[in-house]
Amino acid sequence: MSRHLVIVGGGMAAGRLIDHVLAEGGWTVTLFNAEPRGTYNRIMLSPVLSGDKTYEDIVTHDDDFYRQAGVTCRFGERVTAIDRAAKTVTGEDGVPVAYDKLVLATGSDPFMIPLPGHDLDGVIAYRDLEDTRRMMGLGEGSRAVVIGGGLLGLEAAAGMHARGVDVTVVHLMGHLMERQLDEAAGYLLRRELVSRGIKVLCSSNSKEIVGRDGRVAALRLEDGTELPCDLLVMAVGIRPSVALARAAGLAVGRGIHVDDQMVTSDPDVLAVGECVEHDGQLFGLVAPLYDQAKVAAETLAGRDAAFANRETATKLKVTGCDLFSAGDFAEGEDREDIVFRDPARGVYKRLVLQGERLIGAVMYGDTADGSWFHGLIKDGTDVSEMRETLIFGPAFQGGEPLDPMAAVAALPADAEICGCNGVCKGQITEAILGGAQDLGAVRTVTKASSSCGTCTGLVEQLLSVTLGDEYEAPAAQPVCGCTDLTHEDVRRLIKAQELQSQQAVWQELGWTTPNGCHVCRPAVNYYLLADWPVEYQDDPQSRFVNERKHANIQKDGTFSVVPRMWGGVTTAAELRAIADAADKYNVPTVKVTGGQRIDLLGVRGEDLPAMWADLGRAGLVSGHAYAKGLRTVKTCVGTDHCRFGTQDSTGLGIKLEKRLWGSWTPHKVKMAVSGCPRNCAEATCKDLGIVCVDSGYEIGVGGAAGMDLKEIQPLVKVATEAEAMDHVVAFVQLYRENAKYLDRPYKWIAKVGMDWVRERVGDPQERARLIAAFDLSQSIYQKDPWAERTEDEEARQFGPLADLTLEAAE
Amino acid sequence: MTWTDIGHIDEIPLRGARKVKTIGGCVAVFRTAEAEVFATGGSCPHKGGPLADGIVHDRKVTCPLHNWVIDLTSGAVLGADDGQVPTYPVRVEEDGRLLIDLGELRLRRSA
Ligand code: SRM
Ligand SMILES: Cc1cc2nc3c(=O)[nH]c(=O)nc-3n(C[C@H](O)[C@H](O)[C@H](O)COP(=O)(O)OP(=O)(O)OC[C@H]3O[C@@H](n4cnc5c(N)ncnc54)[C@H](O)[C@@H]3O)c2cc1C
Ligand code: SF4
Ligand code: FES
Repeated sequence: MSRHLVIVGGGMAAGRLIDHVLAEGGWTVTLFNAEPRGTYNRIMLSPVLSGDKTYEDIVTHDDDFYRQAGVTCRFGERVTAIDRAAKTVTGEDGVPVAYDKLVLATGSDPFMIPLPGHDLDGVIAYRDLEDTRRMMGLGEGSRAVVIGGGLLGLEAAAGMHARGVDVTVVHLMGHLMERQLDEAAGYLLRRELVSRGIKVLCSSNSKEIVGRDGRVAALRLEDGTELPCDLLVMAVGIRPSVALARAAGLAVGRGIHVDDQMVTSDPDVLAVGECVEHDGQLFGLVAPLYDQAKVAAETLAGRDAAFANRETATKLKVTGCDLFSAGDFAEGEDREDIVFRDPARGVYKRLVLQGERLIGAVMYGDTADGSWFHGLIKDGTDVSEMRETLIFGPAFQGGEPLDPMAAVAALPADAEICGCNGVCKGQITEAILGGAQDLGAVRTVTKASSSCGTCTGLVEQLLSVTLGDEYEAPAAQPVCGCTDLTHEDVRRLIKAQELQSQQAVWQELGWTTPNGCHVCRPAVNYYLLADWPVEYQDDPQSRFVNERKHANIQKDGTFSVVPRMWGGVTTAAELRAIADAADKYNVPTVKVTGGQRIDLLGVRGEDLPAMWADLGRAGLVSGHAYAKGLRTVKTCVGTDHCRFGTQDSTGLGIKLEKRLWGSWTPHKVKMAVSGCPRNCAEATCKDLGIVCVDSGYEIGVGGAAGMDLKEIQPLVKVATEAEAMDHVVAFVQLYRENAKYLDRPYKWIAKVGMDWVRERVGDPQERARLIAAFDLSQSIYQKDPWAERTEDEEARQFGPLADLTLEAAE
Repeated sequence: MTWTDIGHIDEIPLRGARKVKTIGGCVAVFRTAEAEVFATGGSCPHKGGPLADGIVHDRKVTCPLHNWVIDLTSGAVLGADDGQVPTYPVRVEEDGRLLIDLGELRLRRSA
């Protein structure tokens, strides 16, 4: 007599199990499925959504199939209870069905974030055919929002977009598919989706779903943005469906506990699929579920088999987005990365090695070798022999070195190379092909690189790309070990290619490390914020600790605090606030600096936000004594008090400091204004110094008194204070736009020439442009960093993450 | 192993670090990727620089005082310099909580 097998859930794992059970024979099978249909290939819902396939194409076991095989189908019926003592299950009709063996294959439930409004009509998950049909029902031109930039969310977004729907993806994390992809691949994926017209918002937190007449109308984000939509799809994760098993008293953790034989804590109950937890692992991809189905069938047949989890690889089923990810990127000892980027083809590959073995691989753009790498990971192959060439894949024979010219070769013909003279790549290549065989000749023919010279490196690379071996470029100093490009090249390419994020720089310019190093990151961060003040988001993690903590680190790890004293002028109230802060925070040293202000040295990192808050109440702001930015404007007493004073030097100094503070610059910038040529403010050895005379203001630039002693060179002489301000601002902006990171103005001027600087700042049109660009940047960056960090959230970052000494004391 | 909860991964900025005070000294916890963290002793083997204040890149940190570069996976100083910081197992739970195993550092308290 055949025994009775009851299966709860008719999804992919159950379908596969039934195939094995039917082939074996000996069972009468009853199959309950809450979905009102048989088994289909759930992973192919995305091609159905995008219109590449129909539902009929993806059905694997329909009602007819099951009926012919003698399986009793209870479709559209949910099992509501299991009585393990009586060995029965009860469906919605309330009549118990007896079993000899029971298999739970209930899959998972999509997780719905309990945002206000999540129960409105038009808020759906992406799990089954019903969800897919809701999305397919949207008309062309309607709007959808997808919460979640993982595999499912992006397939939903791309599928709806293919049907003419206006789609926005809202993702909490900093980059897409963060579980499978690293940032670089996430960047490329996002770039591809955005270029198709899908809107992608990363690092965005949803706050509330706005409804109208019981239907979804919009999604409101934490920052207040409202995204109107006709349908909202939540694809933020899944939870094993365990309610039934839990109610039946089976051992349940995050999933239903099973042993290697797929048997639950009850020997007559098995479980397979996404509802199980095996050895602490949950499952979300189909390959291991098929192995589970096979093992469960063997167990039912009374044979010995054991399930072992194996590495699975992920591919996104969106046409044109070629990505592949396999193996493990989580933390571990002794790991090494091999990174390959080909910006011209939009290719990125990264391999993670542990000892002699490959343990992870991420690829974007060219995934042809994916399965080969996956094989190496699964088999644990010793790759030490092929380590050097591993990343080039199985077909690789002999050395084809990385091409440092790729970034330049990839530029379109109309990309601007020389900003000063408006020369684009096409004109330069044409000149080279027309016979200009070296830098001098290209300069003469096109004017490129004949002004400020920062594009010289690029022109040389164009010569090299165009002429090949015939051209021998003079060796230039690259930024650091992460790239072959010089600072000047990087700056020019950021402008020419409109690179607006660090990810874009690393990928498009072929960085050889995943995310730079302590040398290039601060430089790239500065270039991006200087060139794209609106588009780029400053990255504190790419700044030296002083600029991240807004204080100077001392050799014992404490910090110094220097409030601004505009033009060196203070008041009794400010001094009192400083004195009080010194008392309250036990400041060991209070010193007058060489920059006409007061330094409080030896403050504990944890105390900084509270101390700033106290100083802030007295009107004191950060003096940026730690910044590559405006430091001080020293002044002398000027006309107000001095018998020799010719102009209001103190007043002008204060005005300049108020206009310029908070601006980031390639290196620190110090200024001074002296009231007469006696020069008590030492203006002649500052980055910019003004010496007042009877007839006006003599402005000089490029002075220094640090490691080099330099006297300023005359920039211009003007008659009014307003003109003086204009010229100062224009000069600072010219320096901000062109200098190499960590070049003080005198070093930069030595490279581009004082004549060029004078010409630029002297040209009224260019001066106006520079001033406007500076003011735009200030509208974003002129904020007191101290005041911004006294709020609870920000302030906590200054303290320890956890204090376990307290716990120990208990 | 004794796992101690020290906070949530979102309390450490991406490519940033925070310190954890223990009875046996400071420990630095680094977040190198969206869901990847490492923990090492808090002081640089050169002159005791606070490693949690350094720039985090790849799986390395650069000390803020004199730019020694330390491999977070092994605690070894890289490049021409020589030295070693202790490392501690730390893991990220599904819900983002961070658990650390301080091993001997905890034992020191009973010693
Ligand atoms: C506090 C102060 C000394 C003082 O007690 O007077 C000072 C202190 C430091 N200076 Fe300075 N400099 C100070 C005025 C100067 C001056 C004089 C001036 O500004 O009139 C100079 C020469 C003028 C010049 O810059 O051309 C000066 C030239 C330097 C240099 C060399 C710069 C150069 O390009 O050659 C450095 C190193 C650097 O920046 O790379 C430096 C670096 C430093 C650092 C930040 C060293 C460091 O990286 O940790 C010191 C921080 C101490 C701290 O923890 O606060 N400091 N430093 C002065 C602060 C002025 C202010 O109110 O902001
Ligand atoms: C859109 C989409 C794309 C995907 N793409 C991929 C991919 O590319 N690669 C990949 O490997 N995986 C992919 N997956 C995941 C894959 O589909 C799942 O891993 C797989 O379907 C899980 O199989 P299962 O049998 O455990 O659960 P399911 O297939 O979900 O089946 C469970 C069934 O049980 C039913 N059920 C639940 N509780 C009860 C109850 N009490 N009574 C009766 N019936 C019940 C449910 O209605 C459901 O039909 C994708 C998933 C989706 C939704
Ligand atoms: S002169 Fe040297 S020691 Fe003195 S504050 Fe400046 S950097 Fe420090
Ligand atoms: S203390 Fe770390 S490098 Fe010197």
